[in-house]
Amino acid sequence: MNVVIAGGIVLTAQGEQRLDVRVSNGEIVALEASIKSDAQDQLLDASGCHVLPGFVDLHTHLREPGKEDSETIETGSRAAALGGYTAVVAMPNTTPAQDSIPIIDFVRAQGKRARLVEVVPSGCITVGRAGAALAPLADLARHGVQLFTDDGSGVQDPSLMRRAMEYSRDLGITLAQHCEVSALTAGAVMNECSCSSELGVPGWPALAEELMVHRDIELAKLTGARIHFLHLSTAGSVRLVREAKREGLPITAEVTPHHLSLTEELLRTFDSTYKVNPPLRSATDIEALRKGLLDGTIDAVATDHAPHVRRDKELPLDQAPPGMLGLETALGVVLSTVPMNAMELATVMSINPARIAGISDRHGILPRVGQPANLCVVDMSAEWNVDPRKLASKSRNTPFVGRTLLGKVRHTVFDGDVVVKNGEAQR
Amino acid sequence: MKHLRSIDELGKEGLERLLESTAQMAEINRRPIPKVPALRGKTVVSLFFEDSTRTRMSFETAAKRLSAETMTFSVSTSSVNKGESLRDTVETISDMGVHAFVVRHKSAGVPWQISQWTNASIINAGDGAHQHPTQAIVDCYTVRESLGLTSLNGLRVAIVGDIKHSRVARSNVAAFTLLGARVTLVAPPTLLPPNTATWPVNVAHSLDEVVKSTDVLYMLRLQSERMDQGLIPHLGEYSTRFGLTEARAQNLQSSSVVMHPGPMNRGVEMLIDPADLPNSLIHKQVANGVSARMAVLFDLLARGGELHSLQEEVVQ
Repeated sequence: MNVVIAGGIVLTAQGEQRLDVRVSNGEIVALEASIKSDAQDQLLDASGCHVLPGFVDLHTHLREPGKEDSETIETGSRAAALGGYTAVVAMPNTTPAQDSIPIIDFVRAQGKRARLVEVVPSGCITVGRAGAALAPLADLARHGVQLFTDDGSGVQDPSLMRRAMEYSRDLGITLAQHCEVSALTAGAVMNECSCSSELGVPGWPALAEELMVHRDIELAKLTGARIHFLHLSTAGSVRLVREAKREGLPITAEVTPHHLSLTEELLRTFDSTYKVNPPLRSATDIEALRKGLLDGTIDAVATDHAPHVRRDKELPLDQAPPGMLGLETALGVVLSTVPMNAMELATVMSINPARIAGISDRHGILPRVGQPANLCVVDMSAEWNVDPRKLASKSRNTPFVGRTLLGKVRHTVFDGDVVVKNGEAQR
Repeated sequence: MKHLRSIDELGKEGLERLLESTAQMAEINRRPIPKVPALRGKTVVSLFFEDSTRTRMSFETAAKRLSAETMTFSVSTSSVNKGESLRDTVETISDMGVHAFVVRHKSAGVPWQISQWTNASIINAGDGAHQHPTQAIVDCYTVRESLGLTSLNGLRVAIVGDIKHSRVARSNVAAFTLLGARVTLVAPPTLLPPNTATWPVNVAHSLDEVVKSTDVLYMLRLQSERMDQGLIPHLGEYSTRFGLTEARAQNLQSSSVVMHPGPMNRGVEMLIDPADLPNSLIHKQVANGVSARMAVLFDLLARGGELHSLQEEVVQ
């Protein structure tokens, strides 16, 4: 099927240009000031919008296999497409965990069946994410897995992490760390701060994250391995990564929309929607994260989309699982909190994450003729309110209910197909 | 006032109102038949997810003396053991037509969660290490009554022990401070919350200094599991540094009083038999507990109610 995206401002390598886009057989076949569409073309109105490379999420929990009551690969893919994403990296903390070829194949196959975004499975660093023995990194790498992580927890044992980094060095893969020294976070409910002291709940100290960031920077120096830091949340982490990058280490980092926008004070409501790992931090941390994103210390925005069913989130705060939805609100939260132009936005939402995920041959490419048609069309000045009933995700645990967000996805084209049109999923 | 979940929520005016009302209730409790019809037709449910003897009995006695119906929910015999969620439990009991839930739970915040699922009033009888507001009302009342004070302005209160895990400490810091008292916390740093910079308190680490200059010495219970968690090396060391010994008791000013929310850990924080203390308020705290909880129940459930319902009725 042919698609014509008409009337938009296309972000090309030469900058923002008023161009129409013709897509055919999964590829961009024309970029011209005015393209005449005929009757069999699907016409997408992009007036007032930017045409950007489709977003890439480095950090999505699709919950399948294992927790299909909270999300499936299909419902999560639909949420992603509605958020302007054309690829998502599926985190490996499924049940069973993504530490073997059959599970990787299953996740990929379910993604292909849904045909809404490219589902890119990540692999575990350790078997069963248990932190005891290396997962078959080379087998999985040969099978196309590029990003490895034990996300949900960090690799605690420094000797094992050193081995993982040494072993990964000649595989061309990236290790992604969830930075949390768990001995410092037992029973943690929220950021360790004056608020947690008042509420009488154990906190995640910033130190628990920063110690592991520091450790892995030093290990990267020692081993030469590539390391990606997941969901940084503290000013100290930003400082450590900034210094390490200055030394030229092959380090990348991401931040979530919620860590750019929400503070620990929200936990005073005892609403577990606001419980997330790493926890919401202070206004000072938010400031440092925004600055880090703008100056390139932090490479990417990643959602850490973490669906949970209502009955789990209705448990008492200390028992409720951490995590919040992110895919459908990421763009709006980012633009509402960190003013950016189209190029800056595409860099942190698409180009950099595609590079880190190892999929920049087909995602995160500024539109040009002959390239795969993975695109999103966004109205960067549209304001909208989050209505949880309208979310495509199977779960409802969004912290942005009732908030006015800036920036809305109008269309998403994945692999040449229109998967979202005028804000509605097409399948 | 709809709920009583924290001292902050109550505020200074509310706290003073309840202290006045507690005095009225204490008068009722001195009558030959300490029972009034004030809450006839009201149902109060004790929803206790954590063991408690004195608080639960204190509330139930208070409710009965005001002629409310009482029901008790205890976890061991309930559907919670069949996997029923907190929300389902609350909604089910709520459907029976109850007016107040008295809630105790080991997790902070549960009274706030529950108040979203029912129209009944919620009284926090202890949530995790967060709040235990009725205990603080009891304690403020007990100090005021025993010392014959109309104002606690400038009164020196020292709270000693495991502040970090104590809901009693958090509620008492809030309540005594609202009434103008000056609160000092005495504990090893491992038993203090990590960030108390914003709290309206002083922190001291030597009990020997503090006993000489405090008006109220409030001892907290130390649970032996704090030793297993490595927060203190061993109980003996804790007792030596932070226990109320005979020597420390002798250094108290003659006008000073000693309090404890119970249950006491004799030989740990209490190395002296409280019976030997000339100025212990520990028994008064328990006795006043019923009066203070009557005041809370009356305030929440008889809103707009007539004070004459506090007149004794002839109980057949």
